[in-house]
Amino acid sequence: MRQIIYFIKKFRYFLLFIVLETLAFIVIVQDHSYHQSKFVNSANSITGGVYNKVNSVSAFFHLKKDNQLLSEENVRLKNLLEVRANKFVLDSFKVIDSSLYFQKYDYSTAKIINNNFTKRNNFLTINKGAKHGLAPDLGVINSKGIIGVIKNVSSNYANVLSILNANSKINVRLKNSNHFGTLVWDGKDYNITQIIDIPRQALVKAGDTIVTGGKSAIFPEGIGVGVVKDFKYEQNKYQIINVLLFNDMSAIGEVQIVKNLHKDEQITLEQSVENE
Amino acid sequence: MNNIALNNTIRFISLLFLQVFILNHVNIFGYINPMVYIAWVFLYPVRKTRALFLILSFLLGISIDFFSDSGGINAFAITFIAYFRLPILMAVLRKSDLDYGQFNLKTISANKIILFISILTIIHHFIVFSLEYFSFIELLNIISRTVLTSIFTILISFLGITLFTKRK
Repeated sequence: MRQIIYFIKKFRYFLLFIVLETLAFIVIVQDHSYHQSKFVNSANSITGGVYNKVNSVSAFFHLKKDNQLLSEENVRLKNLLEVRANKFVLDSFKVIDSSLYFQKYDYSTAKIINNNFTKRNNFLTINKGAKHGLAPDLGVINSKGIIGVIKNVSSNYANVLSILNANSKINVRLKNSNHFGTLVWDGKDYNITQIIDIPRQALVKAGDTIVTGGKSAIFPEGIGVGVVKDFKYEQNKYQIINVLLFNDMSAIGEVQIVKNLHKDEQITLEQSVENE
Repeated sequence: MNNIALNNTIRFISLLFLQVFILNHVNIFGYINPMVYIAWVFLYPVRKTRALFLILSFLLGISIDFFSDSGGINAFAITFIAYFRLPILMAVLRKSDLDYGQFNLKTISANKIILFISILTIIHHFIVFSLEYFSFIELLNIISRTVLTSIFTILISFLGITLFTKRK
């Protein structure tokens, strides 16, 4: 017994060191597993609150650019409306069947209060949380394209897994040919992401537009991602396809949260098929 | 004694905020963010009892992790260099025993300060980037980032230490 006490006394700093390192390591491992929500994240009320305060000052300097983005999007949406109006004018009569109208996606706005893009695994913090109806696995987009997926929520803030993250895998497709692939990031340039798993019969050209695939239950189909910058086709396979993002990930402010109202239905259906 | 505690509290908070709000967003050459918060380890008074120092270092690291969503990476790395600070300091000074009460970073020569800071910084950055990339294939990336970021961290911490600590 005395020897144990002596041992602990002699190596007490080393033991403390081991305990602290084990604690840190547990947090790291927990952080690397995608399906577990993290304990150490910036969505809690302290860090979120501090980021919010700091951001309220810095956001002021981006007002001009934000306004410009908004007006650009307004122009785009107005143009879309005009196109649709013409089509309906041609109809001589109209039947409104209320069962044909349904809402699949619900959009809400949020503001990014902390942005990372230089690390290997990047996360963003936004100023909306569970109180505003957010939950994990909702999509985050802005007027130009996709940004990421919500991972953790606290009551007032949420933590977004950026597309610039090793754990981010998003279903995308070529705009012109419906061939699906997966969007990943190799960690080198924050303007360029990669597509893997695209079938070899797909015709890819530099300059092709990439949009979200809608195969997942998170993003609506057809949200912009980027354009193909270059690619390597070797051994009858697309080895690498580089995509230049529409979004400048270093300068994003206002974002929209996409909530898929049919998500549970889709997932239950898919699981029931898998179980058979 | 009270003065030292106050000093350390101020240093803890200011290093944390300096790192989180300024240095995490400077992006030199597009992607280098110096991690100057480890100056905490360089500046904390050298004492025979190290328990408080280890725990505080861990807390600083985990606070940085909370803000920058990096899991426990920074906590792991800073605790590591905090534990090995004393042996490295002894090795740099080529001494086997220190006069704990009197020791001050200011009393040793600039060369030795730079050497001491460099060793700790490189170890710390290597751990951080290894854990961040978490794969052997990226070893080249890890090393290049470690070297580039270390240069700026060492530069800034050395300038900071020479400018902001009083010579006795």
